[in-house]
Amino acid sequence: MKKTYKIDVDCANCANKMEEAARKTAGVKDATVNFMMLKMSVEFEDGQEPKTVMKEVLKNCKKVEDDCEIFL
Amino acid sequence: MNKKQKKVLIRIIAAAVLIAALAFVPADGYLKFVLYLIPYLVIGYDILKKALKGILNRQVFDENFLMAIATVGAIALGDYKEGVAVMLFYQIGELFQSYAVGKSRRNISELMDIRPDYANVEQGDKLEKVDPDEVEIGSIIVVQPGEKIPIDGVVIEGGSTLNTSALTGESLPRKVVSGEEVISGCINETGVLRIQTTKEFGESTVSKILDMVENASSKKSRSENFISRFARVYTPAVCYGALALAVIPPLVRMGVLHQAPEWGDWIYRALTFLVISCPCALVISIPLSFFAGIGGASKEGVLVKGSNYLEALSQTKYVVFDKTGTMTQGVFEVIGIHHNKEEEKKILEYAALTESYSSHPISVSLKKAYGKEVDTGRVSDVQEISGNGVTARVDGVLTAVGNAKLMESIGVEYKVCHHLGTVVHIALDGQYAGHILISDRLKPHAKESIEALKRAGIKKTVMLTGDMKKVADQVAGELGISEVYSELLPGDKVEKVEKLLGEKGEKEKLAFVGDGINDAPVLSRADIGIAMGALGSDAAIEAADIVLMDDDPLKIAKAIKISQKCIRIVYENIYFAIGVKVLCLILGALGIANMWVAIFADVGVMVIAVLNAVRALFVKNL
Repeated sequence: MKKTYKIDVDCANCANKMEEAARKTAGVKDATVNFMMLKMSVEFEDGQEPKTVMKEVLKNCKKVEDDCEIFL
Repeated sequence: MNKKQKKVLIRIIAAAVLIAALAFVPADGYLKFVLYLIPYLVIGYDILKKALKGILNRQVFDENFLMAIATVGAIALGDYKEGVAVMLFYQIGELFQSYAVGKSRRNISELMDIRPDYANVEQGDKLEKVDPDEVEIGSIIVVQPGEKIPIDGVVIEGGSTLNTSALTGESLPRKVVSGEEVISGCINETGVLRIQTTKEFGESTVSKILDMVENASSKKSRSENFISRFARVYTPAVCYGALALAVIPPLVRMGVLHQAPEWGDWIYRALTFLVISCPCALVISIPLSFFAGIGGASKEGVLVKGSNYLEALSQTKYVVFDKTGTMTQGVFEVIGIHHNKEEEKKILEYAALTESYSSHPISVSLKKAYGKEVDTGRVSDVQEISGNGVTARVDGVLTAVGNAKLMESIGVEYKVCHHLGTVVHIALDGQYAGHILISDRLKPHAKESIEALKRAGIKKTVMLTGDMKKVADQVAGELGISEVYSELLPGDKVEKVEKLLGEKGEKEKLAFVGDGINDAPVLSRADIGIAMGALGSDAAIEAADIVLMDDDPLKIAKAIKISQKCIRIVYENIYFAIGVKVLCLILGALGIANMWVAIFADVGVMVIAVLNAVRALFVKNL
């Protein structure tokens, strides 16, 4: 399953870091951050509940870049 | 500027004023330190805070952390002014970046401002304004002059001219009358239209286009991936370099050369490294260039589905075309009447009336050329001779309209036509009355488009067609296409493209251009599939990587030129940014470049790269 979320982040490198952090989160198959459109699309592994996974994704993103937001 | 940016701007101004004022304050020692601490904290408190959080989260190579070390280090070495300046310029750079990115984001969204806000749905005899998302298939909507058509549909009442420029880049308005299909995103210019919707909003052209453009930059190009990987390695490498620079030379001086270690000097050099270590200029300018390039292209009616395709398009050396619908108009038209004994009009009238009961494309073109309403009452005794033509009685005259075989079978001597195309012979009362030449027409810009492609650096142009060899060769010759393969079945086209793919070099890309009808397999097999005239054709939009919204073949060369410009800018930025940074690192290590140069390598390069990236948006005159 694939879902797209609006995000807010200030710099392009931070967006790359968010992308990496999201990819490393358990339950996430693949993630891409589109800095220009401020969107993150996340592909979830089968049988994963997007809501719980996304909470983890947000937590991990906050770790690498404090000043970011994902609008869940 | 948004609130966040304004706040930063105020802090920048305040810090700059403070620093300027401090230059006139004669203070020394402890007092000087305290005085400089004020502008430093004004400009840098958030960076310090984030750096602290970064340490807690073990993000050592975080920009904030690096900036904090560099500036705190500079201040500890007694270079107060430089410490504050680095922080100040870092903030200016960040502000500029966020402003520039926000601005181009808005610019490009404005370019693509085709999203309709509402639909006027007919409810009984009243009109109700609703969200286009809520309109069901088959609803009747009314579009007033000046409004956007919100949803694809069929005109059931009214006529108007439509401005399609937001979709196609084509400025000539298009006429629509009752019964014709219209697509969403066009602006209704003159008359009121009643439209029955045929799709949901989400499936309508306008939604599809928006979706495509918005998601385009998610498909990352090779250069973008390269930069992300580079950034991941670059920052740690520079930081370790800085550490080595701070420690090794002094130790060597002390232990091996028995000189004074000069710790302060080497640490200062190491700190300049940290200032240069931020990869921002690179990381921002590459996606921004692609985003601007894709935005500029869509304004010209060229929709690119991903940065990767824009990159591949710029490397295109082979362009393969479909003939019908791509280079020719794909509609049959009367292009000449020869050897006629009677007036041309009269001949056409007889032909059109005789064929009035047939729906064959040839008959349709005859009726179209005749131009008037066909009065079937004047026609009797119609006899269709399959594959040969039609005989009938028109106004009492015995007519025979068809090919050479028909003429032979009724024993009429006919003249052979020397022109290419389909020839329709006509006999009236057993006497030969001339023939009508019908052919598919070349598109107006077909020849120019091949020339433009050659100028854009295309090595070879190839035309594939299911049409007869004679016709295909003539078209290819007229256009100056280098290779032509005719009488192909749809499957043969894939085979031919595969053969061409095998012949070309590794770095050369092959693009296939088709009209999206019957050539979806070829579109997806080629390196880049370009569908043209795709306005309203879902299959083409689906199968292609690049979609030309109108059917002007000149757009192919235009798309290639846009991609080449964009990629040139991308490479300029990569080489420029990496080059300047490496140069400054070397100069910094040698002690030639001081912190001011380092600030330029960080912020100055970023500003220049961003400004350069925005250039990719301007593609109108390519």
